[in-house]
Amino acid sequence: MFHKITRWVPNRITLRSAYGTAAKKVSCQFSYTHLLREVCQTKLTHSLDLLPRHATSLQSDPTAGRWRRSCMMLDATDTVMTEQALPLLPLGLASGMALRQKRVGSLATTDETDLAALLLQVRDHQDKAAFAQLFRHFAPRVKAFLMKSGAGAALAEECAQDVMATLWQKAHLFDPARAGVATWVYTIARNRRIDALRKARRAEPEELDWGPEPEPDQAEVLEAQEETERLGRALAALPAPQRTLIERAFYGDLSHSEIAAETGLPLGTIKSRIRLALDKLRHQMG
Amino acid sequence: MTIRHHLSDQLLIGYAAGQLPEAFNLVVATHVSLCDECRARLGSFDAVGGTLLEEADEIAMGEDALARALDRIEGLPQATRSEPLKLAGIFPAPLADYIGGDLSSVRWRKVGGGVKQAILPTASDATVRLLFIPAGMAVPDHGHRGMELTLVLQGAFADENDRFDRGDIEIADEDVEHTPMALAGQDCICLAATDAPLRFRGLIPRLAQPLLRI
Repeated sequence: MFHKITRWVPNRITLRSAYGTAAKKVSCQFSYTHLLREVCQTKLTHSLDLLPRHATSLQSDPTAGRWRRSCMMLDATDTVMTEQALPLLPLGLASGMALRQKRVGSLATTDETDLAALLLQVRDHQDKAAFAQLFRHFAPRVKAFLMKSGAGAALAEECAQDVMATLWQKAHLFDPARAGVATWVYTIARNRRIDALRKARRAEPEELDWGPEPEPDQAEVLEAQEETERLGRALAALPAPQRTLIERAFYGDLSHSEIAAETGLPLGTIKSRIRLALDKLRHQMG
Repeated sequence: MTIRHHLSDQLLIGYAAGQLPEAFNLVVATHVSLCDECRARLGSFDAVGGTLLEEADEIAMGEDALARALDRIEGLPQATRSEPLKLAGIFPAPLADYIGGDLSSVRWRKVGGGVKQAILPTASDATVRLLFIPAGMAVPDHGHRGMELTLVLQGAFADENDRFDRGDIEIADEDVEHTPMALAGQDCICLAATDAPLRFRGLIPRLAQPLLRI
């Protein structure tokens, strides 16, 4: 019933549910998604070995079972997540912090916290190394997104270059408390696609004056990231026909009148969080 | 200001997905500028796009792509926080941007009965216009072939079904036949977009339709 998982995406699985909401555990969670990603990319050979070696047993953790069940849900015929892997996975949980610091082997630094941190590096310090990492992560995705939307390879490549240049130029507009990095990059890519493929102008909503940028509230940032992960998980768990409809809508394969109004995705919390931020802003302005 | 009539999920998804005709984009962006509720809902649909992008298959960039990108950003200034566009009178920024100013910049054309309109230049898959309806005056009775969006910018109108004030959006489709009436007290100014010509029931308006381009 699940859409195939051909590539492991960090955040598709979150360990947050297993941990409850303890924010202090969150770095474990993120580094652990690295491992999971590696597990899938290497077809269980390399990273699974890593897990037990670095693990402190969490077998006594009553939440581990819950987490294992959510893993089971991801099982699909062509996913690399197999029965064999499941009993091992929870073992790695406690090792997250250590692994994060060690940056084990060739693990790509692509989970949401890292992406946000990289983009803030670009924003605040014009850090080109950080830009290069973001480029490696996003440019091939943007290119694929544009090609699925009907652009030829050459055009998609050029547009992906444009999108990344815009990311550099407009980094000051990024706020990790309000949207995930992927969402922000998506809006840039979508607008570039409209320019390139439809040659139409696109009206954008009035920008709000959020005032001088304070340091983002870490709790809000975490909450936003958690929602992103939850959304990714929900999207992966949608029945294939429904997921296909959403993909077709976003890849430009449906006209606006064909778009289904019901996504089946839990978007309420994301909406509520943004709404709260807007209310706060209006209150400050008013 | 309490907005009671909002954009549909379908329109917000279409906007988030970049699938709306240009004329609809303008109405959606203008409403979202006035309506925090829809702005927040739009944010959640943008997040769906972000999730799809994050999980999209990758297609490798050309070999020298990163080098080219690094070359390109070399010397490319990072924009600093720009002054957000502001409301120009009754027009939110995206609309003011299309018109090139506030109400005084609108080039109205008379339609008859005190009603005026100004068609805004957009791609031809849908049209968008400003409508000026004197207080207490009815807009000619019409049905719809496609979808029609009407956003109130000033004053208010009511039809058989409901009342629409500033910021409210009416979404009418083929099933709706209505006679909107500007309420007394203030002239009504609306932004209206449609992806098909309106279908008037009276003979005279129908004859005049091609001339008026409505």
